[in-house]
Amino acid sequence: MTQLPLRAQLASALGRTAATLSRATGRGDGSVIGGRIGLALDPDLLRKLARDRRLALVSATNGKTTTTRLITAALQELGEVATNAFGANMPAGHVSALSSAKDAPYGVLEVDEKYLPEVIETTGAGVVVLMNLSRDQMDRAGEIWLLAQKWRRALVARNTHVIANADDPLVAWGASTAPRVTWVSAGQPWKEDSWCCPECGGPLDRGGMEYTPPGGHAPGVAVRQAGGGAPSGGPAAPGGGLAVNDWACRECSFRRPAPSWILDGDTVIDPRGQRWPLDLQLPGRANRANAAIALATAEAFGLPVGRALPRLSQVKSVAGRYTTVERDGRHARLLLAKNPAGWLEAFDVLEPALPVILSVNAQGPDGRDTSWLWDVDYRLLRGRPVYVTGERRLDLALRLDVAEVPFQLMESFAHALAAQPPGKVDVIANYTAFQQIRSEFGRAV
Amino acid sequence: MQSDSALRLVWIYPDLLSTYGDQGNVLVLEQRARRRGIAVETVHVRSSDPVPETGDIYLIGGGEDRPQILAAERLRRDGGLHRAVARGAALFAVCAGYQIMGTTFGGEEGQPVEGVGLLDIASGRGTHRAVGELAAEIDPALGAVPTLTGFENHMGVTRLGPGVRPLSRTVVGTGNGDGTEGCYAGKIVGTYLHGPALARNPALADLLLFWATGTPPAPIDDTWYERLRQERLAAVLPQA
Repeated sequence: MTQLPLRAQLASALGRTAATLSRATGRGDGSVIGGRIGLALDPDLLRKLARDRRLALVSATNGKTTTTRLITAALQELGEVATNAFGANMPAGHVSALSSAKDAPYGVLEVDEKYLPEVIETTGAGVVVLMNLSRDQMDRAGEIWLLAQKWRRALVARNTHVIANADDPLVAWGASTAPRVTWVSAGQPWKEDSWCCPECGGPLDRGGMEYTPPGGHAPGVAVRQAGGGAPSGGPAAPGGGLAVNDWACRECSFRRPAPSWILDGDTVIDPRGQRWPLDLQLPGRANRANAAIALATAEAFGLPVGRALPRLSQVKSVAGRYTTVERDGRHARLLLAKNPAGWLEAFDVLEPALPVILSVNAQGPDGRDTSWLWDVDYRLLRGRPVYVTGERRLDLALRLDVAEVPFQLMESFAHALAAQPPGKVDVIANYTAFQQIRSEFGRAV
Repeated sequence: MQSDSALRLVWIYPDLLSTYGDQGNVLVLEQRARRRGIAVETVHVRSSDPVPETGDIYLIGGGEDRPQILAAERLRRDGGLHRAVARGAALFAVCAGYQIMGTTFGGEEGQPVEGVGLLDIASGRGTHRAVGELAAEIDPALGAVPTLTGFENHMGVTRLGPGVRPLSRTVVGTGNGDGTEGCYAGKIVGTYLHGPALARNPALADLLLFWATGTPPAPIDDTWYERLRQERLAAVLPQA
């Protein structure tokens, strides 16, 4: 990497010192405070630190931290990689990440969805990775259609290689102004934010399925579609006769771009048609999707699948996600789920019939509004013991009562864990609830 | 509702307006009807489909600016909801869905957009976003409905015309912006309390069921509803 100007060097060094102090005094991992100080001293620091590196920016509603980690693991095959591994995903975190790996020729940065246009502009990153967009903490986050529109403006006529999930209509719309896109069919289990065309507002047909609202229904309630299944004048097959994961607008020409990479169950099919079985330690469909995206991104950096894949397979847990904490012979596996799409993916990871502890808070980072609980189909938890805790456990209790999912209300996570027989239990928690469990039971990553 | 048929819930345009757990209102009505032995049929109306006219309770939720404008256009063009309301059906409209029931509401740039015209209200864009818990005392004319509790997240300011009455007087929160929250007229109720407003206010759910069935709903076990209500009200109301 070329030498930074003197002011930038100083800003970068002072930021690192502050980060070290922050860590030493136990105030945090230091990645935000250090970056803030650096940016205060030199507002242009991020641009300077990004110069002369090959950067990938990773953004989505869910899976940013994990996918950033997977791409980083892959690119380490090529050389040193600067990365914001702890989810400090705004410019201060980016400054801190790049400052602390000054000579790394590569950078993989997780970027908050709202900050993406600004960070693309500042860093001039060569690769931008876009996975999914769905409703998330709406009392403070922006509206996602507007967000996708800002992505479109940021990517137009820019010399950036975009790697994007073709199966998410809003992502496809947000990415499709970029001159160069590698489309990955990475799936989209949560479809509730994209039944209408982002281009024209018309109905989207989705491969193999009719419109299905998210939260399920009370047992015995008869449910039907006003359109009576087949849309009037439209094709008779569910989803307009499209293949699984395919989608198309019924009213305009917007439809899924043809993917060159495909996630097919446990296998990734590369652009040459070669099948690569995914043997990941990270569990669940969502992580297979993240891995497919990571492999396509690695190839954009010139790293072939055969060299990238073994490195992805070594990743075990990411910033505490999927890690197991232990107390008195109870082994609790921690799953983070922050919004309805994330809960749906977390349910997919649960071990069959194992008890599950659910913990929900509503502090600032979680969103103070718990309405989203009603968008989650908790009926999927029937048939296993369910324990409910967290600061907003009563919201969750009523939600489960209405879904007719039997549960036990627990005063705290520690109580819920102690109530388990020795052995394994799964835990799903939203952001601050997850961090509380980690700080009480160990932050080992 | 005819005595020999199921209670018919019609959820309008969940593909456009169901951003904040709005399905909660459908689920709560389903549960509270079923626990009283009332059979329920729920109809989902995608925005590309006609609104059926024969429902008993219609529900519409909240959403972003652009889907809100699309929903208003489509409901006006369709006319099914107007015919249902003229037949005497009940309607529960939330947030963006509440605003569009009026004569006008504010579009994405604050421009006035023509509403559905089922409520004598006009909404525009305020200067700041109202985000947070709300508590309000419900109009006693609606019977013994206890304090309204819920979460609001909107930039709307709504003026009530003479054809509607305020649903409640705010104690905490913004609501319509003039010290009232929501409104009602006939069997139509509108509120800014988005998402699962009926989960936090089961008596309001029962009022809709009463309007639809003509029979006062029998008491049921409200333990979880009550515990949640007490916790939320205690979190925002000045303690006596």
